[in-house]
Amino acid sequence: MKILVCIKQVPDLESRFKPNTAGTWYDEADLAFRMNEYDEYAVEQAVQLREQVGDTAELAVLSIGPDRVVEAIKKALAMGCDNAVHVQDLQAATRDPWQIAGIIAAFARDKGFDLIFTGMQSQDRGSAQVGVTVAELLGLACATTLVGFSFDNGTITAKRELEGGVKGVVKLSTPALVTCQLGLNIPRYPTLPNIMKAKKKEITVIPVAEILKEEALATTEKFYPPAKKGGGMVLEGDMGDLVDKVIGILKEKTAVLR
Amino acid sequence: MKALLIGEYREAKLLDSTYELFGFAAQLGVKTALFLVGSDSQLPAYNGTLYLADATKYGEYNPDLHKRLLLEAIGKESPDYIVFVHSSYGWDLAPRIAATLKAAQVSEIVGLTEEGFEVGCCNAKMRRSVKPASQRAVLTIQAGAFQPVQPGGPPQVHPMTAEGTTTLEFVGYEPAEEKGVDLARAEVIVSAGRGIGKKDNIPVIAALAKALGGELGASRPVVDAGWVDHGHQVGTTGQTVSPKLYMACGISGAIQHLAGMKKSEFIVAVNKDKDAPIGEVADVLVVADVMQFVPALTARLAR
Repeated sequence: MKILVCIKQVPDLESRFKPNTAGTWYDEADLAFRMNEYDEYAVEQAVQLREQVGDTAELAVLSIGPDRVVEAIKKALAMGCDNAVHVQDLQAATRDPWQIAGIIAAFARDKGFDLIFTGMQSQDRGSAQVGVTVAELLGLACATTLVGFSFDNGTITAKRELEGGVKGVVKLSTPALVTCQLGLNIPRYPTLPNIMKAKKKEITVIPVAEILKEEALATTEKFYPPAKKGGGMVLEGDMGDLVDKVIGILKEKTAVLR
Repeated sequence: MKALLIGEYREAKLLDSTYELFGFAAQLGVKTALFLVGSDSQLPAYNGTLYLADATKYGEYNPDLHKRLLLEAIGKESPDYIVFVHSSYGWDLAPRIAATLKAAQVSEIVGLTEEGFEVGCCNAKMRRSVKPASQRAVLTIQAGAFQPVQPGGPPQVHPMTAEGTTTLEFVGYEPAEEKGVDLARAEVIVSAGRGIGKKDNIPVIAALAKALGGELGASRPVVDAGWVDHGHQVGTTGQTVSPKLYMACGISGAIQHLAGMKKSEFIVAVNKDKDAPIGEVADVLVVADVMQFVPALTARLAR
C-alpha cells in the first residue's frame, strides 16, 4: 500500500505579520516557521495507518517551498514517514491553490498512491482548496474535514465534522484522498531515537520548474490588516490599576456585579 | 453579471445561511439564480429561477451527484459567479466544481474590494484582496459575514436530474455530543484559550468563572488538546452563546470562535497581543498576561 501525506510549513500564528515589499504577502523576516497544525493531524493519521498495515505499506511525505520547509519534512519523517519529497520552490508563497494542487497532482500521477492525506486547510492562507483539487485532478474519491478515520481492507470509514457539532459518516474506497480537521487524533511528539533515525531517511529534491505546468487562476493584489471596527476600549498598564478599572467597568456596564 | 447561488439543505431542512448568499449577491450587484438539492415541500422565499434536485433521491451529501447536477445548472445558466457558503458543504463541493471548470476559486470572502474580494488569512489577523484571473469564478462566503436577505417567493422551479456512479456512500448523521454544560443559559461565561499556556492553569480560569457566578467556556484548541471537555466549547462546532458577560482569557479570536460568542451583551478580552482579532468584538480589551491578570481579578472579587 502506498500512502502520501502533503504538508505545508507556516509561520507561528501567534506572530505579528507585516506586509512584504510587494505588499501581497507577509514579510518572512523575524517569523518562526513550523508544520501547519492541520497537517500534523494528517501525518499522525497516515503514520497510524502505516503502522496498521505494516511493512507492506510505504508512507511518503511531500512539501513545497524554499529550503526552510525541510525542517517540517524532518519532523514528519521523525513522526514515522518513510521517505520524503521536497518540491523546491522559492516562489511557493505566490502560487495560488490551483498551482499548488497542480504540482502535487503532477508528482502523484502515475505513482499509484492508494491514499493521500492532507490537512483540511493551511493556517496562513486557509483556502481549504488544495486537497479537494488534487483529488479532482487525479480522479480520486475524496472526503473532507475528517474528525474520525478507520481503514479496513480498502474501505475508509470517515467521520466528517459538520456545523453545530453534528458529524456525517461516509464510506469510500481507495484510491482516495482525505483532508484532516483539528482534533482527528493526538499527533505524537517525535522521540529522540526517531529523530536520529529520520536523519537517515531519503529526501528527494524536485525543482518546481520540472512539475509546475499551470498558470495561476487567482492573484493576491494586497495583504493588509483588517480595518479596525473601533468602539472597543483598550486597557494597558499596571496590574492593580487594570483590575480596578475592569471591576469599575463591570459594575457600570453589566448587571453581573453589584 | 449573474451569480448562481448554491443553497444548503441538511437533516431535511433548508438552511438559513442560504439567504446570506442573496445578501452577498445584492452587495455585488448581480442577477441571481439559485441551485438547491432539497425538497419541493420547502421552497426558499425567492422569486427567481430555482434549479431544484430532490434530496431524497440525490442525498443531502453526495458530492459526485451534486457536482453533476450543479454542472448541468451551470451549463443552462452560464453564470459569471458560482457562490457557496463556506461551510462543510460549500468548501467540500466548491473546489470540485472549480477544478472541473478550471475556474478561479476565492474562499471565505468577508467583503468586496477595489480589485476583487476580501478574504481573511493568518488566523484572521490579516486580510488579502484576491482577484480572479479566470472569466468565471467560484466563490465561498464566510458564514455570518453578509446580512441575510429574503427576496420572497415563490420561485420558478426547474427540476434537475442526474445519473451515474458515486464514490462515496453516506452512512448517516451522528448527533452532536451531549452538552455537559448548557452554556446557552449561563449569564456569565469565562472562557479559556490556548494563551493560558497549559492544562494546569484551567482551574485558575474556572475560579474566576465561579467568582463571577458563571460557567467555564473554552476555545477549540483547548478542547482539542484535552484540557477541558468538548461540552465547554464555544464556537461554530461547539455552542453558540450570548451571555450578559463573556470573558475571553488568552483567546486570540479565530473566526469560528467569534461566530459562537460575538452576540454576547458585554465582552471582555484578556490578551497579551494588542492586535489579536478578539479585539474586534471585545468591548474591553485588557492587554496583559492572562495568568497574572485573572488571579488578581479573582482575588479582588473575593474581597
